[in-house]
Amino acid sequence: MKAALGWLLRGGVLGIFAFLIFGPLANLVLWAVAIQWYFPHKLPLTYGLRYWGEVFKPTSDAFVSLGTSILIAAITVLVCLVLAIPAGYALGRRLLPGRGLILLIILLPQAFPSVAIYLNIARLFYMVGLNGTITGVVLVHAVHGLVIAVWIAAAAFAAVDVELELAARNMGASALRTALTVTLPLAAPGLMAAAIFVFLESLDEFTGTYFVGVPDITTLPLMMFTASLAGNYQIAAITALILLVPSIAFMLLIERFLNTEMLAKVG
Amino acid sequence: MPERRPFSLLLVAPALAMVLALFVYPLGYSLVSAFTARDGEPTLDNFSKTFDLYGADIVFTVLIVVVSTALTGMFAAAIGGYLVLAAHPIAATLLKWLYRWPLFIPFIVAAQCMRTFLAKNGMLNNTLDTLGLVDAAGLSGLLDWRGIIVTFVWKETPFVALLVSGAMAALDRAGIEAARNLGAGGLRVLVEILLPQVAGVMTAGLILAFVTMLSVLSVPIMISGGSPTMITVDMAFRVNSYSDYGVANALGVVSYVIAGLAAWVYMRRNVAGEGAQ
Repeated sequence: MKAALGWLLRGGVLGIFAFLIFGPLANLVLWAVAIQWYFPHKLPLTYGLRYWGEVFKPTSDAFVSLGTSILIAAITVLVCLVLAIPAGYALGRRLLPGRGLILLIILLPQAFPSVAIYLNIARLFYMVGLNGTITGVVLVHAVHGLVIAVWIAAAAFAAVDVELELAARNMGASALRTALTVTLPLAAPGLMAAAIFVFLESLDEFTGTYFVGVPDITTLPLMMFTASLAGNYQIAAITALILLVPSIAFMLLIERFLNTEMLAKVG
Repeated sequence: MPERRPFSLLLVAPALAMVLALFVYPLGYSLVSAFTARDGEPTLDNFSKTFDLYGADIVFTVLIVVVSTALTGMFAAAIGGYLVLAAHPIAATLLKWLYRWPLFIPFIVAAQCMRTFLAKNGMLNNTLDTLGLVDAAGLSGLLDWRGIIVTFVWKETPFVALLVSGAMAALDRAGIEAARNLGAGGLRVLVEILLPQVAGVMTAGLILAFVTMLSVLSVPIMISGGSPTMITVDMAFRVNSYSDYGVANALGVVSYVIAGLAAWVYMRRNVAGEGAQ
């Protein structure tokens, strides 16, 4: 009897918890498949995928902004990796004088409230004509992505055994050849994780794009924001679901890596 | 390999240059701009104007962020504690699977979810009404300061809970078992044994959550359009409607100070902790 009561209590609390986690998402899904839904009806009056057709029309704003978002995220990943691989190597191998200070400067963007930074970047970009350009938005995303990219890359290179590099050098491989055939492949999984993180961050970024992208660059989050404020809840919900796909996929993918040991290494 | 040092500096130089140009320089620019009048003279007018116009919003912002951080910490502690202490592996597994979902959901998507979920005719009110717990006709929805707090806590709890439960799982179980054998209940073990040992991780996670909440623009706009609102919204408004960078940057400085105070609390804690050891 007591055990049954205990399970009832646990079930109740877990049920409420599950409702609070999934309720908001379920409401979003409902809006994505609703055609007509207004107060005081608790559920949509008519269901259908009509708005999906509108979103996925090749000429639609959503489709164009999806393309812009992916393009920006891909270039941001490239920029971040090009900058983070050498920096992560030097930091991970502890080769540097003033390593702590350099790490601190690179981590700074994460430690400050960013809105005031972005509005000043926008003001500076306006003077040099970078406002409203892909380049401008990529630069803003990259400086933010760099924090996580350098951090993970440093951890990845720190985990590569120096003995293996020395062995390659002893057998006559040049420094470049050693880097390309020994060090980089061994650090590749970590660098891949960094790339995925940066890609997702760029895809989801709102505030920086809001200030720097205007008036010409509309990424998916900006388009969702505009649709939502205009009361186009179906369009906003469908766009939000598109943004959710990579995030959820990533979460399920790294489920097994997202454990204490990995976090301990990064810290 | 000290002989490679100059070369190593070259390796970090591009990344460092990027952060200096696109973060440190704009940061300095915002500080200078906050103390400069439109004619270029140094002034404190921006700040007096900021406190006149947005004093209430500053208080509102601090309250929201502090309450959200406190609630996030409480939920993270409860989740972490349950995962470590739970006698029922099935319940613990379910909880572990459940709590991580919002972790990778973008803020803007969370805001859109909550904009519908917490509305007058949203799923929360409708469900409570269907269960007969409330009368939805008399409810107004939670799309105001409460909605902002709910969204922040929903979004930030998984992150802090992940850090805290990881740290708790790594603790020596002997202390927990000893306390249990002496008759301490689960709550008492959590508060007196577990939490003091993971306080460092907990504070670090909460500070990151705190700064993140101070940086989010989409949530306050989408959840609560009215006044008072958070200072991130005021900054955007000042720039977009008046091109008033002076007041916008003064608000920015206020947000740095709020974040700085939080970091100071963290540092002081750390120093105190080291002194005790």
